[in-house]
Amino acid sequence: MSEAGAGAGAGAGGAGGAGLGGGARGGVICLAERDGATIAEASLKAVAFAASLAGPATGVAAVVFPQLGGAGTPELDAGVLADCGATDVYLVQAADLNAYAPVAWARCLEQLVVSGGASAVVAAATDHGSEVLAHLGAMTGLPVAANCISAKSAGLSSWQLVRQRWAGSVLEDAVLEASCALLTVATDAVPSPSASSPSASSPAGVDGRSAMHVVTPVLSQADLLVRATESAEQSSGMSLATARVVVGGGRGVGGPDGFAALEELAALLSGVVGVSRVVTSQGWRPHRQQVGQTGTKISPELYLACGISGAIQHMAGCLSARHIVAVNTDADAPIIAHAEYAVIGDLNEVVPALIAAIRARST
Amino acid sequence: MDVLVCVKRVPMVGGKVVITADGQDVDTRMSGFTVSPHEECAVEEAVQLSEREGGSVTVLTLGPPEAADQLRDMLALGAHRGVLLETDGREWGPIATAAAIVAAVGELAPATFPLILAGNEAADTGGYQVAIRVAHALGRPCVTGIKRLELSGGTVRATREYRGAQEVFEIPLPAVVTVKEGINLPRYPSLPGRLRAKRADITVLRPQWQVDDLRKQALRVPPGAARRAQILGHGAAAVPALLGVLGEFGVLPTAVRDGGDGAAA
Repeated sequence: MSEAGAGAGAGAGGAGGAGLGGGARGGVICLAERDGATIAEASLKAVAFAASLAGPATGVAAVVFPQLGGAGTPELDAGVLADCGATDVYLVQAADLNAYAPVAWARCLEQLVVSGGASAVVAAATDHGSEVLAHLGAMTGLPVAANCISAKSAGLSSWQLVRQRWAGSVLEDAVLEASCALLTVATDAVPSPSASSPSASSPAGVDGRSAMHVVTPVLSQADLLVRATESAEQSSGMSLATARVVVGGGRGVGGPDGFAALEELAALLSGVVGVSRVVTSQGWRPHRQQVGQTGTKISPELYLACGISGAIQHMAGCLSARHIVAVNTDADAPIIAHAEYAVIGDLNEVVPALIAAIRARST
Repeated sequence: MDVLVCVKRVPMVGGKVVITADGQDVDTRMSGFTVSPHEECAVEEAVQLSEREGGSVTVLTLGPPEAADQLRDMLALGAHRGVLLETDGREWGPIATAAAIVAAVGELAPATFPLILAGNEAADTGGYQVAIRVAHALGRPCVTGIKRLELSGGTVRATREYRGAQEVFEIPLPAVVTVKEGINLPRYPSLPGRLRAKRADITVLRPQWQVDDLRKQALRVPPGAARRAQILGHGAAAVPALLGVLGEFGVLPTAVRDGGDGAAA
């Protein structure tokens, strides 16, 4: 195995040295997270975002780390990543690196930046992506721009960015000056790779595939001190984040006893109950049911928001809902400005009537 | 154990964000300020720890002189000491903020703060990095986004959720840990707590501002947030129309799904 740059060795199936995009400097590196056996959807969007930053002659290298218990299928990954614009795929292998280890992951990216002269490192703004890029920023002293929704080169080592603040309720126009731009991408707010076609503007991998390289970072014991193990404890029930229907309850529910009707309606619609921050702060419902900036972000087909005023802290959690319908006593509540349809009225009257109507209809 | 908790003063926002005329800040003339939510939970966690195992809780923030109000709010929850890294009101970037916190940790000796807590990310700027930069500068391990924290001996066991599974980390003290809302339910301040907080001395340090290589140009509210819902009706009388809409969206139970006729009921 060949050694290159600061110690990141590349070889095995690759097209030679560790330089990105077949040796061209100025390439873009993107962290590609696995989600089970496949590459996470958020990371595919991040790779497409990275491809949009790369010039026509520069490569886009997706970096894939080993995950706990998951083998993955590198050949399959390479095809999927190439479709999003990756010219190279770096498969990381190292002794003792078989689970999420944020410092070790960042150390590997640092070595790739040094050896390949990357102009940018991109990751989806997931908990892992945000954490790894922050470590990379701390190691290198470089700034990190979090939650970007667009980035354009504005000359040598200069970038014009748009990034989210307040979880997307506010946008910031910013300039980043850095020898290597470290960016996390707010993947909820950028298009899916299938919708755009970023790979058209960047050099496709050979035969529609990305070139594969095995990378072995040099890691110290300190780099491996923080390592995740997965608890056997599984979260039970349907996931709020992925539910197709979410029935929301807010202050208007009135107290901890008012949620039975919402649970019944959610069950009828094969959905789950989500709540606003007021509800969890009052202790009416557990925090894991909170939809919002400090809770869960949802992306259902329908969000039926009952007795929820629509504070921006809450709306930040349901920006990705396909349809929002509000039930509220106040026709001037902020939620009315976000919803597609609204019923003006007391949820304690409307929800039981809706349940009865659905039951009458399906018998 | 002496715990240091880093908090941020952020605008209190409700149903609408308004940006100031110069495009530089969120307009707070009608709203005021609060402590960023994850960080309030970090303070609660530290206070519970001190109640269980002894030791002290020091709350630190970087901000204008008025940020002392947020420190007093946290003292009212049970924190013992407040430290203000006083600024002239300019926004500090993550690199400068982390450097100021690291310098303050040195200045607050002989306290060594085996545990430094913070929120996972600030509600306003959402940079996700100050605590990690502090940890690197102090040579400490760091875990983030934690929803359950257990200390035994010199070890921190920290749990968080990721993609529907639980991730567990075990790291030695001294350490830096960021938490998320949901780790606990912050208490309401007691009256004696409020009185004690009002009288408490706040330690003031004045760090040196430094330019950030990520420079804000302007803030704006994204377009498309100003439509208005079509009103289906009032009270239970609106249910047939509501049922029709749910039918259109294809979310009704499949038994009699018929795409549209439902609205005629």
